Amino acid sequence: MDHQDRRTRLRQFLATNFLLSDEPFPFADEASLLEEGVIDSTGVLELMLFLEEEFGCTITDAEATPRNLDSVGKILAFLARKVPAANAG
Amino acid sequence: MLLVHEFLEHSAQRLPQKVALVCGGQRFTYAALDAASNRVANALRAKGVQRGDRVVLWGPNLAEMVIAIFAVLKAGAVFVFVNDASKPHQLAQVVNNCGGKVLVTTAAKARHAAAELATLGTLELVVVVGGEEPPPASPRFLEWSQCLEHAEEGPLASGCIDRDLACLIYTSGSTGEAKGVMCAHHQVVFASASILAYLHGTEHDVVLCALPLAFDYGLYQLLMTFRSGGTLVLERSFAYPADCLQRMAEERVTGFPGVPTMFARLLPLDLSSYDLSALRYLTNTAAALPTSHIERLQQKFPGVAIYSMYGLTETKRTLYLPPEELGQRPGSVGIAIPGTEVWIENDRGERLPPHEVGELVVRGGHVMSGYWHAPEATAARFREGPLPGERVCYSGDLFRRDEHGFHYFVGRKDDILKCRGEKVAPKEVENVLHELEGVQEAVVVGVPDEVFGQAVVAVIVRTAPTLTEREVLRHCRARLEDFKVPQRVEFHEDLPKTSTGKVRRADIVLRGG
Repeated sequence: MDHQDRRTRLRQFLATNFLLSDEPFPFADEASLLEEGVIDSTGVLELMLFLEEEFGCTITDAEATPRNLDSVGKILAFLARKVPAANAG
Repeated sequence: MLLVHEFLEHSAQRLPQKVALVCGGQRFTYAALDAASNRVANALRAKGVQRGDRVVLWGPNLAEMVIAIFAVLKAGAVFVFVNDASKPHQLAQVVNNCGGKVLVTTAAKARHAAAELATLGTLELVVVVGGEEPPPASPRFLEWSQCLEHAEEGPLASGCIDRDLACLIYTSGSTGEAKGVMCAHHQVVFASASILAYLHGTEHDVVLCALPLAFDYGLYQLLMTFRSGGTLVLERSFAYPADCLQRMAEERVTGFPGVPTMFARLLPLDLSSYDLSALRYLTNTAAALPTSHIERLQQKFPGVAIYSMYGLTETKRTLYLPPEELGQRPGSVGIAIPGTEVWIENDRGERLPPHEVGELVVRGGHVMSGYWHAPEATAARFREGPLPGERVCYSGDLFRRDEHGFHYFVGRKDDILKCRGEKVAPKEVENVLHELEGVQEAVVVGVPDEVFGQAVVAVIVRTAPTLTEREVLRHCRARLEDFKVPQRVEFHEDLPKTSTGKVRRADIVLRGG
């Protein structure tokens, strides 16, 4: 799965799971998921579970911070460090 | 005769250079917050805000919102904090209900609610915080930064006495319509003093608040900390517990107020890498902590006082369990807060002895003034007390007490559910469900949930067989705050009814899930 595939999967997940929408995810990659109201506190847990299952990474408590998870761009950058795209399922 | 904004003013005189607020990576001294709130108060006054006017605040926990709270009070007005999670039409309901004259909100929210804002007749001014683009060029809009730049910094006279209202706090009624609890200055002053007394709060306390300021539990963290001259570490939310823990260690936090969902997220974490040695107490309210969680919290935070508490917005806080009692009666929420009393009554108004279940009645200086412009609801909740002309609060909650006088929550008298510590009126959710095409009948029930208290389940009889759970949830999410959105939807062929056609909620058999 390359970077673009990951981006597509992630945006699709956010749209269907949190916005409950069949439309494309409407926010920019830089938009804060908390500020835009896409996810709340329980949503963060769902997001982490998705990332672990989908991309085969383990997210430690210390890594679960807005710096890593609060926008599509930050999540992709975090994933790129955790699971380089070439090795990912 | 103390007024609520004097909590800030007095601490600013006594401890001007002390850090009062840590928020969003910034640190504010008491002197800085006092000056900033003076400027905003002067700006509001210049825009025509008078004693008793309602100013609505809608947004997340931001330093600007803290400044706005005190600015509104200094201008003699009444603040009304609407939850960040509320939808634009819910904001509109509150503004219309309270006749809000000014709204302070974020640029993102103002954009999101532009259509609703245009329809709000009483609203004369919208103050917009942050955002890259300036607000629309209209006399109705003002940038926050303009409030700060062009206004005088000197103090102004609020003109209030302590019987005037400080704030309205909106809470769900059984019909689903929000009701504004009228909180006068003297009631807030009394309640905050009583709570500080049993928490032994002092200026040495550093309190980390990840609860919304729109929630009275969050709001009082701010008010009490500023009253005692301590430091408030204000977090946007508890979405990222590791960040909060990091801040707790860095800021040497002494007090952490939480709700069961937050403690449930803390418990599985490895805390060994955080220095939490300054922590003195934890508090829990909104819903009872599961006994197993209490035991694990005690193990995880040895030597830290854990307070189990109970309250309702109509009296702020009502009961607390002295921490030394927690081991012997983990299921209890304790005794009346200092300077107040409670008793348990049956429907005939008779006070009940230990172990009998009845309604909790509350008496004291924390009994609020009633509901804004809702005389019938006020008369039902706030009734005559033991002395002529005195009012006590009938909580609507069923309790029993043990032979030592400690109280145990049993349930609600009405249909209201308590989910994630928030009140959910089934009627409100059902009204939203009925708006959806393909729904013939809809009933909302609560099922016990260890962490949420109750989980919200929607039972629907559909006319359109193609209607899916996802469509129902999408419809609800667009119209309701997250905690009111059903956790589960079940489609049934029909609903059990009485001979007069009323749904018998208690007889609905859920399939589980």
